[in-house]
Amino acid sequence: MLMKLLNLIILLFVPFLMMGVIKKTKAFWAGRKGVSLFQPLYDFIRLMKKDFVISRTTSFVFKTAPVVAISSVLAASLFVPMASGSALINIEAGFVIFAYILGLGKFFALISAMDTGSSFEGMGASREACFTTIVEPAFFMIIASIMALTGNFTFTSLKGILENAGSYGILITIFAVAALFLMILIEGSRVPVDDPTTHLELTMIHEVMILDNSGSDLALLTWGNSIKMLLISSLIANILIPAHFSALASTALYLFIIFAISVIIGTVESGMARIRMSHVFEFVFIMSSFALVVLSLVVARMFGG
Amino acid sequence: MNWIRTKNNTKINLNEIPCLEIQELRKEIIKEQKRPVAFFGKDWGNERVRLFVVLADDKQGELLVSSALFRSFEKSYESLTQDIPAFHIFEREFYEDFGIEPLHHQWLKPVRKNQKDYPFFEMQGEEVHQVGVGPIHAGVIEPGHFRFMCNGETVYHLEIMLGYQHKGVENLILKHPSNQLAESIVGDSVIAYNTAYSNIMETLKDIKISNKAQLIRKLALEMERAAIHIGDMGAVAGDIAYLMGAAVFGVTRTLVINTMLEFSGSRFGRGLISTGGVNFDLDKEKIERAQKTFEKVEKDVERMAKTMLKNSSVMSRLEKTGTVSTERALEIGLVGMAARASGVELDTRFDFPDKWINELNVERKPFKGAGDVLSRFKLRYKEVLESLAIVRKCFKELEKYADEPVMTYSDNQYAKDAFAISIVEGWRGEVVHIAMTDNTGALTRYKIKDPSFNNWYGLALAVRNNGISDFPLCNKSFNLSYSGNDL
Repeated sequence: MLMKLLNLIILLFVPFLMMGVIKKTKAFWAGRKGVSLFQPLYDFIRLMKKDFVISRTTSFVFKTAPVVAISSVLAASLFVPMASGSALINIEAGFVIFAYILGLGKFFALISAMDTGSSFEGMGASREACFTTIVEPAFFMIIASIMALTGNFTFTSLKGILENAGSYGILITIFAVAALFLMILIEGSRVPVDDPTTHLELTMIHEVMILDNSGSDLALLTWGNSIKMLLISSLIANILIPAHFSALASTALYLFIIFAISVIIGTVESGMARIRMSHVFEFVFIMSSFALVVLSLVVARMFGG
Repeated sequence: MNWIRTKNNTKINLNEIPCLEIQELRKEIIKEQKRPVAFFGKDWGNERVRLFVVLADDKQGELLVSSALFRSFEKSYESLTQDIPAFHIFEREFYEDFGIEPLHHQWLKPVRKNQKDYPFFEMQGEEVHQVGVGPIHAGVIEPGHFRFMCNGETVYHLEIMLGYQHKGVENLILKHPSNQLAESIVGDSVIAYNTAYSNIMETLKDIKISNKAQLIRKLALEMERAAIHIGDMGAVAGDIAYLMGAAVFGVTRTLVINTMLEFSGSRFGRGLISTGGVNFDLDKEKIERAQKTFEKVEKDVERMAKTMLKNSSVMSRLEKTGTVSTERALEIGLVGMAARASGVELDTRFDFPDKWINELNVERKPFKGAGDVLSRFKLRYKEVLESLAIVRKCFKELEKYADEPVMTYSDNQYAKDAFAISIVEGWRGEVVHIAMTDNTGALTRYKIKDPSFNNWYGLALAVRNNGISDFPLCNKSFNLSYSGNDL
């Protein structure tokens, strides 16, 4: 029970801290002091207090989308094991529900962007939809492969791959973690896929879709996006945390891994330029190819002897 | 004689300028095949309009001036654009200002006025879509409307509609000629504009300024060039989300403009230059401090630029993005930095040299440009280093003239019936000012041409067949002025 409560606390606060750490890392590399670690949380509170402006071109879709988006992310998070190693809802094939609940949120984000009638937002929606269609099968391939290996069709099976899969374990771990890390960059719309700090509408992907949202709607959408990054990071953490660790040790390791991922994201963002839009597909396909490697490793392990 | 040859910052008598029939002038222009510098009208009384043409003979360092008179019944002529496309924007401007139609001009669109019926080029097709951006943009930039005709992510055509900043500067100068006004026309070329204006006033009023003042003007101009180029390199880095470049170049640019602040009390050098010289002297202490700062600037720029150009993710964004080929650049008459990046050697500092080019031993270093964003980035990098070298030479040369005054005071009036041209190579390219006086010695026409006037169309060509998400990057690599175009 205590662990589940901990899960909830992590879910509510760690996404903001994650953003704070990314910002701090970027500031460090740019030689600046940077804003407080809690700035994303302050921004959230500030935006929640604000009223919103809604364009006359929009319909009810635009107003409902932020709520659907945040509820879908929160609902999806119930299926993801966090610090405790077990999710709040631990059922078989939970990952399918997880993926499609997130998909529902994204679908609403897309049609809400189209709803504004802005050509920018249409462009952003088309880009986002494109990348998602490539990311989704790759995600399934990775998770399903690992689950097939352990025979346990819940997210809990992610734990202990390193120990259970023998000599293949380390390779599976490397490729699965790398693919999921790329997924964070793509789904979280970070550099090199997207630039979260740009003001140039023509180059945006995720940011442009929420261009018309303001006030609490905007706050929810931004929060939802950072929760999504936390969820995928949690999957990585669960792959990496050894199964025999005590609850305390695994919680500490979990938090450390989340922190480390944030620092790595910040460093990647500082050290490289954004990829040209036409090359982003190639980048997204790296994730798919990693997923294929995981699949083939699992097949080799199961049938190759 | 169908042309009168003159030089930069030289006064000629208005009556000596040949006045031809338009058909004849047209033939002459086509025969000469030289680069247009100015093509503008002046109200000549009795509903007549006199058209002045200035061509540049860059090889000889001379300017060719001629004119034609349109009587009240002559309201059209055969356009020059058909034969020399570089005239397209000049003829559009002339038509807009005086209503004299260049016949068979490929596309006679408004330049800065008459925005209500602005014809946009349109494409049709199932997957073709239009994206309109502006006139109000995200970020602190000037207004301008961009309309993209796209197929998916690829831009087929870009229409640039400007004029939102039109404020009638040319007429304002006639009414209230002042350095303050001149330096406010284009906010990022304060020194270039004020130098051009002061030069022309000094030419018309026969004022000789001291060597010291000339040197201070020169070094200020190069500091402006260095500062803006560094800033734009940072902006290019920012656009491709290369954080480190944006941060380092941002800091370095501040060092340069803060030195300008020390010299003149304004980071952009407002109030530094005045007709007759400059308003601020540079003492030894200031120069020493500046020299130290610039050493650091040079080192930082060099290190950061080299790091950036080695980074493969940066190179993949800059290379072969937004290319304007040499042929295209020549055809549409690009000038200044954009032209040089496309491999067209045009630099009025060397084409129309002042005495300091020789005395300071400044040499033109050729640049092999491919016309893409990378070339423009590399060219800026090269010019920053060159400018800082010139500044260093100016500091050294200043020691020789330590006793000279910075300001020459004079009550001279404008010469009568005079025509003078002043060209200054600002960081974007040639800033051209032309002034005319009448037989009473009153200023009657003031014409300004900003390099952006020629180069906006270059941007439109650069983005063709590029991804629409690369437009901001192309735009930043040119960084053209809205105000300079709209005047």
